[in-house]
Amino acid sequence: MKDLFAVIMLSGIYGLLSASFFVAMDAVDVAFTEASVGAGISTLLMLVAITITGRTERPQRHKPVLALVVVFVTGSLLIYGTLDMPYFGSAQAPVHQHVAPRYINDSMQEVGAPNIVTSVLASYRAFDTFGEVVVIFTAGMGVLALLSVVRHPREIARDNEKIDSLNKSMHEEHLILRIVVKILIPFILLYALYVQFHGDFGPGGGFQAGVIFAAAIILYSMLFGMSTARRVINQSVIQLFAAIGVLLYGSIGVISLLSGKNFLDYNVLSPDPVAGQHLGILLIELGVGFTVASVMVIIFFNFAGRKNDQQNKENNDS
Amino acid sequence: MIMGLYNYWIVVVLMMVGFYIVIAHGNLVKKIVGLTIFQTSVFIFYISMAKVDGGTAPILAEGIKQYSNPLPHVLILTAIVVGIATTALGLALTVRIKEAYGTIEEEEIQEKDNQDC
Repeated sequence: MKDLFAVIMLSGIYGLLSASFFVAMDAVDVAFTEASVGAGISTLLMLVAITITGRTERPQRHKPVLALVVVFVTGSLLIYGTLDMPYFGSAQAPVHQHVAPRYINDSMQEVGAPNIVTSVLASYRAFDTFGEVVVIFTAGMGVLALLSVVRHPREIARDNEKIDSLNKSMHEEHLILRIVVKILIPFILLYALYVQFHGDFGPGGGFQAGVIFAAAIILYSMLFGMSTARRVINQSVIQLFAAIGVLLYGSIGVISLLSGKNFLDYNVLSPDPVAGQHLGILLIELGVGFTVASVMVIIFFNFAGRKNDQQNKENNDS
Repeated sequence: MIMGLYNYWIVVVLMMVGFYIVIAHGNLVKKIVGLTIFQTSVFIFYISMAKVDGGTAPILAEGIKQYSNPLPHVLILTAIVVGIATTALGLALTVRIKEAYGTIEEEEIQEKDNQDC
């Protein structure tokens, strides 16, 4: 397929399908994340990218036989490797023997959150999750370094003109979409907060909530224009929030270190260990949510800002 | 029964599709799409290992004895979000390549590099 638009839409559908695979295999938290990330944000980002880089692929000149051979050799070796693997759904598989029984049997007494995935994510393996949050933060900073555009005061003045003209055209273009989105956005934001704070009990948590929150903001900036969205969300404030999230997470760890326990051992946060765990999970999920939401918004704003910048340059040239 | 291994075969096939797109196509955006397919095949691999027959989602509730393994879920949940962040970084690099070379086809970029030498 040479049309990249179709390729990207198909990959979005693939993301949604794999989310339903995950539901079928009991991984509700993962499905949640994949549905919002794979089908939502990643499709969007790729679409923004192809508006900058061009929509069609050049036809290939060389024949892909060599690539096919490499792929089939790798695939058949991997299939040979699976012959020794445990069967699908087998309860005796080695993965289920090591630490998993402890998580399932003891997490209620030790952490007190019914959702085992949350207690493992935010308590037993909190250090690991800290690393992931730092990776997301770094990727956001990387995008910022690669794509950020310096904005002159002159452009900000032009933005204001754009907002005025947009407000006038409000009742002409995309009328139904804009009104529906205006009604939906508060509910999306509210849902993100529910997912954020209900993560201990049902599927959800900081990662999903952050992505949903960012999706609401991205939806707004798509329909009402980047200049309007910039007025609502200040770029430097959102960058500050990305840093605050990581800082909040790390400082919980330092607090527990200073109180004489291990890094990210929440039992010290409160006289009652389980209450301490609850507080710790709440705080670090908040940190995760801050970082993920702001990094996603930063990434989208910079892609879209890059595109606007190019259009302005072309207008100036012509 | 050897059919009990079918989940791995699906994963391997998906992985082959992604791998083929990455090595056989010259368009950088398409390569990134291929990488995400590859990535998702690894996610499905992990999640299918976590599944236990007769088990349910790992959220503790009364009257349920068998749960699926929560550990792979945790690993993949964070991996998905990290995956989108790195994909975004890749797309940002692609945009910069487009601006510097005027194209995102691998062969044309190579030609331009050779001309510069």
